[in-house]
Amino acid sequence: MPPVVEAIDLHRTYRTTTGTFRRRSLEVEAVRGVSFALEEGELFGLLGPNGAGKTTTIKMLITLLIPTSGQARVLGRDVVEDARWVRERIGYVFGGDRGLYERLSALDNLRYFAELYGVDPGRQRARIGELLELVGLQGREKERVEGYSRGMRQRLHIARGLLHDPPVIFLDEPTIGVDPVGARELRKTIFGLKEAGKTVLLTTHYMFEADALCDRIAVVTRGKIVAAGTPRDLKDQVSDGVVVEIEVYGIENGKVESLRGIDGVTSVAVEDRDQAQVVVVQAEAGREPTHEVLARLDGVSLGRVTTREPTLEDAYVALVTEEPVAGDG
Amino acid sequence: MAESEPAAGTRSSLRVARVLGRGFALHLKMMMRSSFDGLLGVLWPLFFATIAFLMFRAGAGGESLVFASFGAAVMGIWSSTSTSAGSAMQRERWHGTLELLVSAPVHFATVLLPVTVAMSAMGLYSMVATLLLSRFVFGVDLPFEHPVAFGFAVVATVVSIGAMGFLLAVSFVRYRTAWALGNLLEYPVWLIAGFLVPLTLLPGWVRPISWLLAPTWGVDAIRDAASGGGAWPEIALALGLGAVYLTIGIAVLETVLASARRAGSLALA
Repeated sequence: MPPVVEAIDLHRTYRTTTGTFRRRSLEVEAVRGVSFALEEGELFGLLGPNGAGKTTTIKMLITLLIPTSGQARVLGRDVVEDARWVRERIGYVFGGDRGLYERLSALDNLRYFAELYGVDPGRQRARIGELLELVGLQGREKERVEGYSRGMRQRLHIARGLLHDPPVIFLDEPTIGVDPVGARELRKTIFGLKEAGKTVLLTTHYMFEADALCDRIAVVTRGKIVAAGTPRDLKDQVSDGVVVEIEVYGIENGKVESLRGIDGVTSVAVEDRDQAQVVVVQAEAGREPTHEVLARLDGVSLGRVTTREPTLEDAYVALVTEEPVAGDG
Repeated sequence: MAESEPAAGTRSSLRVARVLGRGFALHLKMMMRSSFDGLLGVLWPLFFATIAFLMFRAGAGGESLVFASFGAAVMGIWSSTSTSAGSAMQRERWHGTLELLVSAPVHFATVLLPVTVAMSAMGLYSMVATLLLSRFVFGVDLPFEHPVAFGFAVVATVVSIGAMGFLLAVSFVRYRTAWALGNLLEYPVWLIAGFLVPLTLLPGWVRPISWLLAPTWGVDAIRDAASGGGAWPEIALALGLGAVYLTIGIAVLETVLASARRAGSLALA
């Protein structure tokens, strides 16, 4: 049986210009050879930081962008040649405030999109009712969307994407900006889709979300997949390493870069926490980089220093902060 | 059992009709909900109409005031469509709905057309306001000799101007700044379509351009129906030109959309 969603060496380049008077044309490679395949009923996660190429990949799969090269298929059909056929069978939901008619009610929004997606007129009322119940908006459907919270809008988005009961669903950062309780409810709804037999492609930059929901994950950074497998596989990649966290108060880039040169260090990242920053240094198993790290941070105002075992989050950070190898863009 | 071809065709036509109808109702509802937009839609054309009436009253007066009244009334429909069709597409971009509309499994023309026809239907507001202004403020004795033909002429004008807006909106889908084109065309069409100045006063080379504009025939039909002339040929010409605009728009729409999908310009706000 062919994969339900298939990306084969997808590339996408954008052309942009810089300058006001002396304009220069630039080419930005947003996606650089992405390949993966989803089986029926699978919940697959594309995980990566902002600007990694996740949304561009999804937009090629849902027929909104034409790939610069490579091929994408949904349910065995090419997304460029059979765009309309594919559109009838996919649902697309993205995160954030946009994508709804604010001056209209949720019911008006759903009725309009039900028409656009060819939901049988005799079934529309019942289908909209089912979905409002599924996303917990029943009783609020006649209110204007402009008065909705971010979480309510996101749930309405999901209802809109499911109107035509598509077998394949693309969710582009659906929990972005939603409060923790709302995000948990949304994750429950997303998991419900998988249980209902839908094939789901989810993009997120939250590692824990991908871990909690996805059967498999592909980590994307700078337009390429740098790791793929089950959450367990990714955890195994770092389970025998060591992580040193050093609290610092103001650190220059040069100092951070110097830490990367320490023998056995696999990644260095800096996170902002309140007034301070935390330098997170990952090293291979059997290494103890603390002394060398502290020596290289000579002159920097330091706070607490801790050593711990790596987590899945560290695996992700290590993958997306790795320096590009020579010739890699 | 397999569906027969005629049954599938009927189902498909019904679906198109429903998408058009629902889209028209939704966009009209959305526009009517902004009282500020509505107020501007009524007041803006009234300023221009007032200037026109004052000029005509100072000049020839009499019959020409009737001519100006109906011309100014159609001006509102055209202005509403030409300037709003672009901003409507831009608004879809800002709302993030343009991509959702493009990715829906219907021909995009069935999504776009109701938006522009709703815009021109909104222009009816200003048409009524302008006619009331000319009757009750400027005391123009407006004739309505053939009310049925007058009604048809108004509908034909609204639909054909909506179709013209559709043709403009096709370019707005691809180019973000094309809304300026709508603004640019607003005033020349006032002149070339003979809203305020009879076409006979324009240079000869302008007239063929006027004949290609549906509003020229729409306003002619409205004036003829009001004054008791035979408005039906003009109604047919306005509708015929509207159909031509639609055909051209639909023919280039797929190419425009493919270009937007290649350039990645749908999501740009």
